[in-house]
Amino acid sequence: MLGLAWFLISNTLANLELRRIASGFGFLGREAGFEIGESFFLRYGAADSYLRALVVGLANTLAVSAIGIVLATGLGTVVGLGRLSGNRLLRGLCTAYVEFVRNVPLLVQLFFWYAVITETLPIAREALEPLPGVFLSNRGIFFPTLSGTPVLQGFNFVGGSSISPEFAALLLGLVTYTAGFIAEIVRAGVLSIVRGQWEAAQAIGLTRAQTLRHVVLPQALRVIVPPMTSQYLDLTKNSSLAVAIGYPDLVSIANTTVNQTGQAIEGIAIIMGVYLTISLTISAFMNWYNARVLR
Amino acid sequence: MRRFFTWNSLFTLVLAALLLKALVSFVDWAFIDAVWRPDSKACRAAGGACWGFIADKHRFILFGTYPYEEHWRPLISTVLLVALWVLSGFRFFWKPRLIAIWAVGLTAIGVLMWGGVFGLPAVENERWGGMILTLILFTFGVAFAFPLAILLALARRSTLPAIRTLAVGYIELVRGVPLISLLFMSSVMLPLFLPEGVGLDKLLRAQTALILFAAAYLAEVVRGGLQAIPKEQYEAADALGLTYWQRTRAVVLPQALRIAVPPLVSTFIGFFKNTSLVVVIGLFDFLSTVKTSLNEPAWTGFGVEAYFFAALVYFAFCWPMSLYSRGLERAR
Repeated sequence: MLGLAWFLISNTLANLELRRIASGFGFLGREAGFEIGESFFLRYGAADSYLRALVVGLANTLAVSAIGIVLATGLGTVVGLGRLSGNRLLRGLCTAYVEFVRNVPLLVQLFFWYAVITETLPIAREALEPLPGVFLSNRGIFFPTLSGTPVLQGFNFVGGSSISPEFAALLLGLVTYTAGFIAEIVRAGVLSIVRGQWEAAQAIGLTRAQTLRHVVLPQALRVIVPPMTSQYLDLTKNSSLAVAIGYPDLVSIANTTVNQTGQAIEGIAIIMGVYLTISLTISAFMNWYNARVLR
Repeated sequence: MRRFFTWNSLFTLVLAALLLKALVSFVDWAFIDAVWRPDSKACRAAGGACWGFIADKHRFILFGTYPYEEHWRPLISTVLLVALWVLSGFRFFWKPRLIAIWAVGLTAIGVLMWGGVFGLPAVENERWGGMILTLILFTFGVAFAFPLAILLALARRSTLPAIRTLAVGYIELVRGVPLISLLFMSSVMLPLFLPEGVGLDKLLRAQTALILFAAAYLAEVVRGGLQAIPKEQYEAADALGLTYWQRTRAVVLPQALRIAVPPLVSTFIGFFKNTSLVVVIGLFDFLSTVKTSLNEPAWTGFGVEAYFFAALVYFAFCWPMSLYSRGLERAR
C-alpha cells in the first residue's frame, strides 16, 4: 500500500516538474480573465480573481440546489400522495410520471428541457406575455421587480429581473427528476403506517385529508426523512451537470480554472472539499431534523 | 344526488379533459403533423415533429464514427451484449458457468470490435461510438467495479482499523463528490499519476473513473447484504475451522450476494444512466452521438425530437431492468 502511494506521488511530482506547474493555491489570487454568464448575490467581472470566480460558482451551485430541494420536495410529495389516491386516473398518471422520470438519465432530461426552452419558445421580439410585465422567450424569463419592469430593447429585454434559459432548464430537470425519487419515498413512508391508524382516525370522524395531515404524515416522516437526506445530497451533486448546458456552477468554473492554469490537483481538491462540506452540512441538518421528528 | 355528484368525479372529469387535450396535441405533434422523410427543409416547414432527423442520422447515432462498411460488427456486438445481460437475468444461469459464457461472449465482441484477425479490418477504439460504447462502458464498469466493491465492503467490515479506515475514507470520499468531478479528474489528473511514457487513452481513462465511482456505491449495497447475515453463520464457519477467506468465499458471500441482488440491480440501473455523463469529456457514447448529430447545419434546432428519442431509448433499457428488480424483490 505504502509502495503504491510512494509510486503515485513520485510520478506526480516528476510530471509536475516536467510541465513546470507550481503546486499550491497561489493561483487563486490571480486575475481570472473570463466572464461568467450569471451570478447570484455577487458582482463579478473578468478582472476579478480566480477565488472570486469560484465563490460565484459556489453561490450558483447553492442557489440552484436550495431552490431545487424546496420545489422537488413539494412536487415529490404531491406525486407520491397522488400515487396513493383513490382516483384511478390520477394514480395512473402519477405512476407513469414516476416510472418515466426515474428511468431516463438526468442528463438527457436536462438536454431535453434546454432544447424545449431554446427551440420552442419564441424570440424576444415575439415573447409570450402570460402575465402583464412577465415575458417568456428563448432568452429566458423576464419579470418586473421593485426597481423596474423589463422593456424590449434591440434583440433582448432590459430592466427588471430575469431567469436564464440555462438556469431554468437545470432547475426544471433537477426538480422533475428528483421529484420522481422523492415521490417513491413519500409513498413508502405513507404505506408504512398501519391500517389501524387510518381506521382509528376515520372512527373519530376525521376526513381523509385531515387524517393524512394530522395522523399519517407526522408518523410517516420518521420513515421518510433518512432516505430524503440522500435525495437532497444527490440533487446537490447532480447540479454539477450544469456544465453540460452551460450554467456556471462550481464544477464548471473550477473546470475552466483548471484548463487555464493547469492546477488540476488543486482544482479537484477544491471541488471535493466544497462538496464534502456541503454533504456534511446537509447530513448534519437532516440528522438534527430527524432527531426532532423522532422525539 | 350527493352520491351521484362528488368532488372526486368532478376532479376526474377535469383531469380527463386536460389529459385528452394534452394527448391530442401530442399525437398531432408526434404523428399527424410529423415529417418522417430525411428532408430538413420539409421539417422546418412542418409544424410537427421531425423524425426525419433520426431517419437521416440513425447510422451515426447508433454506431458513431465506426467505419461505415463495418457497421454490422458493432450491430452484432450490441445484440450479443444485450443477449448476455438478458441471459444473466435468469436464475437458471446463476452458476459458475455464467462466467465462462461471459468470457466467450466478451472475447467474441472484442474480436468483432477491434478486428485485425480473421480478415476483419482493424478498428482502433477511438472510433468506437454510439450504443455499443454505452453498453461497453456499462458492462466493463460493472465487471471491474463489482469485485472491487466486494473487497471494499469486506474491508469496511474488517477488524483491522487501518484497512477499515482506508475503506471508509475511500467510499465516503467518492460518494461525497459528483461523478463529473471524477471524470474531469480522470481526464486531467490520471496522466499526472502515471510514470512518464505510460499513457492511457480517453476511453480507458473514462472507464477507470466510472469503475472507481461505481465500486463505492456497489460496496455499500454489498455491505448491506453482509450485514443481513446472522452472526451464527460466522460462528458456525469458525467452529468448522475455516479460515477467513474460506469462510467468506463458501459461507458469507454466497448468502450476502443473493440478498443483495435487488438493490444491486437498482444500482446497475443508476450506473447505466450515469454512463451518459461521459459526454462532458468528449467520448462518443449514445447520448453524445445524438448531441453531435445536432451540430450539422441542416439539423440544428431539432433538439426536442433528438432528446425525446434518446429518452425513449434509455427508457427501453432501464425500465425492463427496474421491473426485473421489483420482480426479484417480490419473489423473495
